[in-house]
Amino acid sequence: MTPTAPAMTDAAFALALALLLNAPLAIAGVALINTGLGRSRSAAQALLGNLAIVAVAAIVFALVGATLAGSLPGASGGAGHVFYAAGKPWNWLGAGPFLLGGLAAAPAHSQLALLFEFLAVALAALIPWGSGADRLRLTSGCAAAAVLAAIVFPLLAHWVWAGGWLSQLGINFSLGAGFLDPGGAATVHVLGGLSALAVIWIAGPRKGKFPKEGLATALPGHNAVYILFGCIVSLVGWLAWNLAGALIWLHAPLAALPVTAVNTLLSASAALAATFTVTRIRFGKPDASLCANAWLSGLVASNACAALVTPGESLAVGFIAGIVTPLLVEVLELAVSIDDPSGAIAVHAAGGLLGLLAAGIFASQPGQLVAQLVGIAALLGLVLPLVYLLFWLLNRVLAFRVDPDGERIGMDLHELGGGAYPEFVIHRDESYR
Amino acid sequence: MKYAGLLVMPAGFFLAIAALVLFPASPSRTAFVLCGLAVEALGLGVAVRGHMQARGESRP
Repeated sequence: MTPTAPAMTDAAFALALALLLNAPLAIAGVALINTGLGRSRSAAQALLGNLAIVAVAAIVFALVGATLAGSLPGASGGAGHVFYAAGKPWNWLGAGPFLLGGLAAAPAHSQLALLFEFLAVALAALIPWGSGADRLRLTSGCAAAAVLAAIVFPLLAHWVWAGGWLSQLGINFSLGAGFLDPGGAATVHVLGGLSALAVIWIAGPRKGKFPKEGLATALPGHNAVYILFGCIVSLVGWLAWNLAGALIWLHAPLAALPVTAVNTLLSASAALAATFTVTRIRFGKPDASLCANAWLSGLVASNACAALVTPGESLAVGFIAGIVTPLLVEVLELAVSIDDPSGAIAVHAAGGLLGLLAAGIFASQPGQLVAQLVGIAALLGLVLPLVYLLFWLLNRVLAFRVDPDGERIGMDLHELGGGAYPEFVIHRDESYR
Repeated sequence: MKYAGLLVMPAGFFLAIAALVLFPASPSRTAFVLCGLAVEALGLGVAVRGHMQARGESRP
């Protein structure tokens, strides 16, 4: 994961490009899941929001973020902004060309790296939108995506992928191969999950979710078909994502790719099987939305470690993800009063952290676990407070939460003037009377 | 209380970074990085607790 990458063969370049063209299926899957887990009266706004956020994230990343991420060689040919402390270089910010200048003439590897980052920033920005479902305004969701794409994602992408200080931990401090995240578990999913936590803290829960007395009100997703079909679509996207990541960031040989694909599938499958069993035991019947959450959590965990572990280890990681996800969803809702309709904190943040940890635990190089722990420390200790601060300031300028009337009639009617299902009868919510 | 927790979290991060610089030996370095993560977990716990208190006070 350094800017001085070995030259790619034509076959590897063609394969990585083809894989990246399939990777948007992961975005499509997450968008479907986000929409299905929300309420029917906000479905059109949710899906339009997914589309708008992808567009805003791509534009802002092209205008600002790509320069700060520094995946393309800058005009000076330098790797980024570096300061020296304790005799070591700390490369903390990229120095790429302005407005993607020189993209066509850049080395093939750099072009692929940039394309990967474009897809990654779009997916990362989508994740908090799902958590703010049914109360987050469209403009605020787009503004939050712009903040992530302009500032936070580029910082993290540079640290992890473009020769930044986390990727250099191996060279500077003899910590394995440095912080490893070939599929974007940290840069996409943990960032997205922590951003979701910040959005939920700032916007608050949906009206009627936590009554004054008694347990939290169940507000189930409106379309289990969207949710489960989104999981199937996601699998295709995730396979492409993990294989492309292994080629681009780890320079993996082509012969190593089938194992990465098998590991991705095994991680998701083990997670699903574990949650299916857990919910079957706890509730008497398997829970469809929790099983979908677990499937996605297994895929997220595989982002960090599918290219680095054996199939047996991948099964173990997926199994743990499948045990942890439903329990965490329940704890966050019932014990901690966090209203997260898409389960982004449990799925993306916790699943990503689990994968990053597993990549360190199962690694063969000495010091790799410490490198992964330092990366996790950066995510929790620096990225979460930074995202919260930025979103808090943004909320002062552009309120995240829709007004109570908008929440009562639904986001579709309030923000778009028409519903997603005009021929269906939308039931009134008795709790709002 | 939530803000206090969020302010504690960067302290844990800098503890982990300090461990890299101060301790070249593996066991003590790992222990200090884990201490940094523990401080972050403490900060997160305080922030979550603050959120729960705020929610309890503002329930309809």
